Amino acid sequence: MATQERLLELEEIALDLRRTIIDMIYEAGSGHPGGSLGIIDVMTCLYYEQMRHDPQNPKWEKRDRLIMSKGHCCPALYALLAKQGYFPEEWLKTLRKINSRLQGHPDINKTPGVEFNGGSEGQGLSGAVGMALAGKIDGSRHRIYCIIGDGENQCGQIWEAAMAASHYRLDNLVGILDRNGLQIDGPTEEIMSVEPAAERWRAFGWHVLEIDGHNYEEILSALEKASRVTGKPTMIIAHTVKGKGVSYMEGTLSFHGKAPSKDELVKAHTEFDISKRRLEARKQQAMAAAPSGGA
Amino acid sequence: MALKDAYSQALVELGRTNPSVVVLDADLALSTKTKRFGTMYPDRFFDMGIAELNLMGVAAGLAAAGKTVFASTFAAFATGQPYNVIRQSIAYANLNVKIVATHSGISVGGDGATHQMLEDVSLMRGLPNMRVFVPADGPQTADIIRLIAESPGPCYVRLPRGDTAILPGVYPTELGKAITIRDGRDITLIGCGTMVYETLRAADALIAEGVDPRVLLIHTMKPIDRDAILKAARETKGIVTAEEHSFYGGLGSAVCEVVSESHPTHVRRIGVRDTFGESGEERDLMEKYGLTWRHIAEAAREVLKA
Repeated sequence: MATQERLLELEEIALDLRRTIIDMIYEAGSGHPGGSLGIIDVMTCLYYEQMRHDPQNPKWEKRDRLIMSKGHCCPALYALLAKQGYFPEEWLKTLRKINSRLQGHPDINKTPGVEFNGGSEGQGLSGAVGMALAGKIDGSRHRIYCIIGDGENQCGQIWEAAMAASHYRLDNLVGILDRNGLQIDGPTEEIMSVEPAAERWRAFGWHVLEIDGHNYEEILSALEKASRVTGKPTMIIAHTVKGKGVSYMEGTLSFHGKAPSKDELVKAHTEFDISKRRLEARKQQAMAAAPSGGA
Repeated sequence: MALKDAYSQALVELGRTNPSVVVLDADLALSTKTKRFGTMYPDRFFDMGIAELNLMGVAAGLAAAGKTVFASTFAAFATGQPYNVIRQSIAYANLNVKIVATHSGISVGGDGATHQMLEDVSLMRGLPNMRVFVPADGPQTADIIRLIAESPGPCYVRLPRGDTAILPGVYPTELGKAITIRDGRDITLIGCGTMVYETLRAADALIAEGVDPRVLLIHTMKPIDRDAILKAARETKGIVTAEEHSFYGGLGSAVCEVVSESHPTHVRRIGVRDTFGESGEERDLMEKYGLTWRHIAEAAREVLKA
C-alpha cells in the first residue's frame, strides 16, 4: 500500500493535471470540463500507480490498457498522456482544432496512448471485453480498465457487454463507473434512473466495489482488491463530484460541456493555487510526522 | 453449393494456418456455419448471443488487440442493428474486422421482411474505410475470405441464405476487379451475387434474339472497378445491373455514380423497387419482386430500343 507521501504526490500530480485540463479546454473554446475534473483522481492513480505501461512503447503487447468509454472526458486522458510523455505537450493547445492530433473525442489512430475510439456512448465497454478476451486467448496477464459514465450506464450496449464479461469470466477486466449523478438534461435519477447501480452490476455477475472517487487510499485499495478477484469482472463504482476542484463547476450541469470564460479561467487558477498551498502544508505535516523524516 | 459452406470451410482453413483469426457469432452459428470453426477451434470462437451491438464492439476490441476478426450473423442483424457501432468503433477506427453476413436478400424466404435485408450493401458502401464484397459462388467466396484475411482493414461480405450454381468457367478472383464473363458490343449486363446466374440466362435469351451482350460479374462493390464500368459505357449502348438488393444504394447506384460523372450512360437497375419483402418460396419471391432473367432481358431490350 502506498505511503502517505506517495498519496500526496499523486494528489499533487492530479492538481497539475486539473490545471492542464482547464487550460486545454479554455484554449479549445469547447470541451467537457466537469466530467474530466471529476474522474482525474481515479485516472491519476491508474496511470501513475496501478497500470503497467510504457509511454515510449504505446503498442507494447503486454501493457495494461485503459478505455475511456466515457469519451467526452478525453481532456483528462490527454492531460495524463502528455504528462507521461506519450506525445509532446505542445499538442495540448491544439485540442479540437483542425488537423489536430487531439480530437474532441478519443481517436485510436491520431493519438498515441488512445486504445479505442470514444464519443458515441456505450461502445467502449464492448471494446474492453474484446481486449480482455484477446488477453485470455493469449494467456497474457495484462489487465483492461474501462471508464464508463453514469449517463452512459443507460445504454443498452453497456448491459450487453456486462453480460458477456461475466459470461466469459473476464477477471482481467475492471470497469469504473464515474458516478457523479449528473448528465446533460439533468440528474440521472430524474432523466432515467440508474439506481440501484451496485445491485444491477452484481445481478449481471460482476464483483462490485464502491468508493469515494476522490479518496486516494480508497481508489488504490479498490484497484488492488480488483486485481485479486478471480472468475468475474469487477466494477468499481466511484462516487465523484462533477467539476471537482473548481468551485463554480462542482455539482453543476452547466459545465458538462462548456469551456470557461477568461474570468472563469483566472478564478480556476486562483483556486488551484490555494489548493496547491494547502497540499504543500499537508506534505510538510506528513514529512514531520514520518518516523524517518524531519531533522 | 451454399456460399456459407464455402465460407465455413475457408474459415476452418484460416484457423489452421492463421493463429490470429478469431470468429464471433450472435446465436446463429448453426445457420451461418461458423459453428464448424467453433468446434475445431473453441479457444478462438465466441458466441455473443442475441446482442449485436456488443458483437461488433467486441470484434473491434479484439481487432484492436491484434486479432483478425470474422463476425457473422444474418445481414439484417449484422448491418442494421449495430450500424453505429460499425461506424464508430470499426470503420472510423479502421480496425481489422470482417463482417460476413449470411441470409441477405429476399431469397431468405419464409421468414419474411424482417429477415430479408435489402439495404445492407447501401449501408456498408456509405462507410469510409469499409470494403464491400458480394461473391457469386462458392469458390469465389472462399477466395474472397482468404484474400481479405491477408488484407487488414474493415470488410463486409454479403452472402445469401442458400445455394448458387457454380459459375461456368474458372475466373481468378482479384479484389476490386470486375470479371468479364462474355465480351460484347451491344449492351452490358452487370450481375452480382445470386443474380449472376439470372444475368447469364438473360444473356442467353438476348443472344438467341441476335443481340451481342457483354456480361460482367462484379464482386467488389467497394472499391468498385471504375475502369471496367467506363469501358463498358464507352463500348456498348447501355448498362443493365442486377442485384438481390434494393435498387437504391447498391450495385445499380454504384454503376450510375461512376458513369454519370465521366461518361453519362443509360442504366437500368434490376433490384427490389423500394419495398420490403414478404414471406414466400424463393422462386415465387424472385418472380414477384422482379429479380429474374426475364426482367433483366426486358430491361436490356428497352435500353436497346431507347
